[in-house]
Amino acid sequence: MSYCAAVAAVRLSSLTKVFDGVAAVDDVSLDIADHDFMILLGPSGCGKSTLLRMIAGLEDPTSGDVAIGDVRVNDIEPKQRDVAMVFQSYALYPHKTVQANIEFPLKVRGVSKTERAEQARQAAATLGLTEYLDRKPGQLSGGQRQRVALARAIVRRPAVFCMDEPLSNLDAKLRGETRAELVALHARLASTFVYVTHDQVEAMTMGTHVAVMSRGRLEQVGTPQEVYARPASVFVAQFIGTPPMNVLPVGVVIDRPVLVGIRPEHLELDPTSQVRTTVTLVEHLGHETLVHARVGETPVVVRLDAIEDAPSVGDDVGLSFPERHLHLFDPATSRRVDA
Amino acid sequence: MTRDAASRRRWRDAPLALAMLAPSLVVLGAFVLYPLARAFWLGHQRCDPTGANCQSNGWDQYIDVFRSKEFQQAFGVTFRFALLTVPVGLALGIGLAVLADKQLRGMGFFRTVFSSTVATSVAVASLMWFFLLNPSVGVLADWIGGVAKNPGLLQDEGTALWAVAVSSIWANLGFTFIVVTAGLQSIPADLYESAYVDGAGGWMRFSNVTLPMLGPTLLFAGVVLTSRAFQSYGEFDLLTGGGPNGSTTSLTYLIYGNNSIIKNNSGLQAAVAVLLFAVLLVLSLLQIRGVERRVHYGN
Amino acid sequence: MATSTMPRGWRLAGRYTLLIALAIVVLFPIWVMLVGAFKPGNKVLQNPLLPTHVTLDTLREAWRDGNLGRALVNSTIVALIVTVAQVVTAVLSAYAFAFLRFPGRTFVFGVFLATLLVPFEATVVVNRSTVQDLGWLNSYQGLAVPFLATAFGTFLVRQVFLTLPKDLREAARMDGLGHLGFLREVAVPLARPTLGALALFGFLSTWNQYLWPTTISTDDDWNTVQSGLRALAQAQIDKPNLVIAGTVIVALPIFVILLVFQRQLVRGLTAGAVKG
Repeated sequence: MSYCAAVAAVRLSSLTKVFDGVAAVDDVSLDIADHDFMILLGPSGCGKSTLLRMIAGLEDPTSGDVAIGDVRVNDIEPKQRDVAMVFQSYALYPHKTVQANIEFPLKVRGVSKTERAEQARQAAATLGLTEYLDRKPGQLSGGQRQRVALARAIVRRPAVFCMDEPLSNLDAKLRGETRAELVALHARLASTFVYVTHDQVEAMTMGTHVAVMSRGRLEQVGTPQEVYARPASVFVAQFIGTPPMNVLPVGVVIDRPVLVGIRPEHLELDPTSQVRTTVTLVEHLGHETLVHARVGETPVVVRLDAIEDAPSVGDDVGLSFPERHLHLFDPATSRRVDA
Repeated sequence: MTRDAASRRRWRDAPLALAMLAPSLVVLGAFVLYPLARAFWLGHQRCDPTGANCQSNGWDQYIDVFRSKEFQQAFGVTFRFALLTVPVGLALGIGLAVLADKQLRGMGFFRTVFSSTVATSVAVASLMWFFLLNPSVGVLADWIGGVAKNPGLLQDEGTALWAVAVSSIWANLGFTFIVVTAGLQSIPADLYESAYVDGAGGWMRFSNVTLPMLGPTLLFAGVVLTSRAFQSYGEFDLLTGGGPNGSTTSLTYLIYGNNSIIKNNSGLQAAVAVLLFAVLLVLSLLQIRGVERRVHYGN
Repeated sequence: MATSTMPRGWRLAGRYTLLIALAIVVLFPIWVMLVGAFKPGNKVLQNPLLPTHVTLDTLREAWRDGNLGRALVNSTIVALIVTVAQVVTAVLSAYAFAFLRFPGRTFVFGVFLATLLVPFEATVVVNRSTVQDLGWLNSYQGLAVPFLATAFGTFLVRQVFLTLPKDLREAARMDGLGHLGFLREVAVPLARPTLGALALFGFLSTWNQYLWPTTISTDDDWNTVQSGLRALAQAQIDKPNLVIAGTVIVALPIFVILLVFQRQLVRGLTAGAVKG
């Protein structure tokens, strides 16, 4: 491992990737600290996978630099970057056994047979795969295959661990369990994790930091709490949180030239309020109730705890906007403005 | 920097690609493309009977060859040979494949039998039929009698091409059977089931489900059989030697046969070879047309 | 074709009767050939359908007269060389087309495509003089070299390579494999069924070649089985059952091979039909 970095920090400087004249990644600069669990979050087509692939070395940047632990790696083959990757499709070798799949990166690097068997066994044990070592990928369930892909990545003890939507092919229950395991795995390993997803739940529950992307650009970088509590733009505000933040046009709530955002759980039904509206839909979800209405042209959602008395469709209700929960955005740039 | 990097990327794999393609390129270049180009050139030359000294005879030699009695006769023989062998061979192949398609006891045996002629080379198949039709010892010649005994089916101008065609149909039956069987097996069972539920009988199911679904397969088999018919040589060489009286001198036999009148004139041979290529090219282009069209019914 | 009013049992019986009759028709020439090959020359007119007077003498004589032992060795050597070479050249060129990016790829691929349109029968005139100029008449090189690469094989294997997921190549890159490593460790193992079919197809078509060996093997010792049979047939035109015995000797090995490799054969023959 010629470029084994003592510190596995990843630094991206003005990174750009152009495909056929379209910038998939547009001037992104991002510092990922050693042993960070960085989530690249955004809708499909936002450039997050391309960014990850440039870190891994599968894609050459059009301009800008990728550095891993102070070494510029633009011209270094993936093999020598000390980076491992887990693919969305797992990309296991169908003709090799689980054991051979896990051992394979070590075999390519010339690790001795006994040594790599031992390391593969350990990696398999870590992920609960010991009893499947002799099977082929075709004989495993989706969850098991996903673990083999993880084992194949951790067996190399890479400095940086790239994952491209690794959970998206699992069912909801398995996805929940695996999230917790990945967090535990991150705690146990010394590696830096860079994890691509479009699922905000994964981002909020797993990441130490989240980088939100849209149309090839970085919208905001921060801890999950920060991006939720202080979204830097309308895009971030509406992408994170379910249901998304209500954003009302200029002049409806306060008398300033700003867009006003408020999360559904902070919006209150208030019979005395002057902002009046008619209920268009009520969804009872058990632990909460979502009340849909319109303020002017803008649809809004109010989240109520289940035990509260919910209004019915067609009721006339008042809405109040507690000031401490308001987020203000510049109508021209969509960026956050502080009060 | 960006442009340099981009052009470096473009060429990065080129040396490896060249190394990987080189063996194929050398062989295909030296033994397919070069000979074709060279044959085009040779086709306008006149050579002496030893085939050694050639000189230009003008490009209209192609037209002369095309108009010649010998070429037209050979073209007619080849064309009739294809017409005799392809439709019958195809129909027999379909019939056998449909009969042996059901999951019934013993079908494995019948499939092996019907596939078996694929193992016979043109020489083996031709000599077998030569034996069967031999006027003095042949069993078939005995049974048929008449012309078959004197002078013999292969020796009579009226029957020789038919007899060669029978041998060729038999030899190609295994290939057609295997290809059609594979085509039948790729037809989804629910199509038959829905036709059955709709009340379609055996013949209705065959003509409304089986045949249309076999379309691409039959096109492929038909094209292969046709191009084989146009390229047949061994049958004529072994069974009839182009005779009697030129009645089985195909285009290939005209070029390569021992009894051919242009045997020692490589200029004329090349001219006929180029014309043979042209005929097969038209067939191939028709095939490509057909393949494009079949996309429309969602294959 | 049977009408649905006919009882099931009768229809089944009808189908079997038809199948048996057709099987007899198809096997008839083979049967007559076998019977003839095992008869002495002077008895060939007696009971041509029944194996009477069974003897191996005719087969022995054909073996000797036709120099068929040597022809079998020649055919085997040539077919094996061609088979191995065709698989190797097809794998290499298919890999370049499927996984490498280089300027002119589409054009070169088009050239490969174009060679499929050239019938071998149209090139023999020139190939014969090429081989003669190289001094390869009556040699293994002469018999084998023109067939060491085919565009058909390249297309077949490229088709398989294109179905391999892109992620697999990238995972291999992350694992540290270069192109040659990926070819050996992943692409070839996954293409194995197709390569088997291609190999059988190559072997069979080389073994069955007729025009080429009869063109360039002018010496008895360089006959393949097919040109050897032709020589036997021309030399012994008045001894039909000697010729038919030679035919049995030549046909037998291929029958055995095809019985063993039936599945590869079906895949090879239908490769052009189903996937296109």
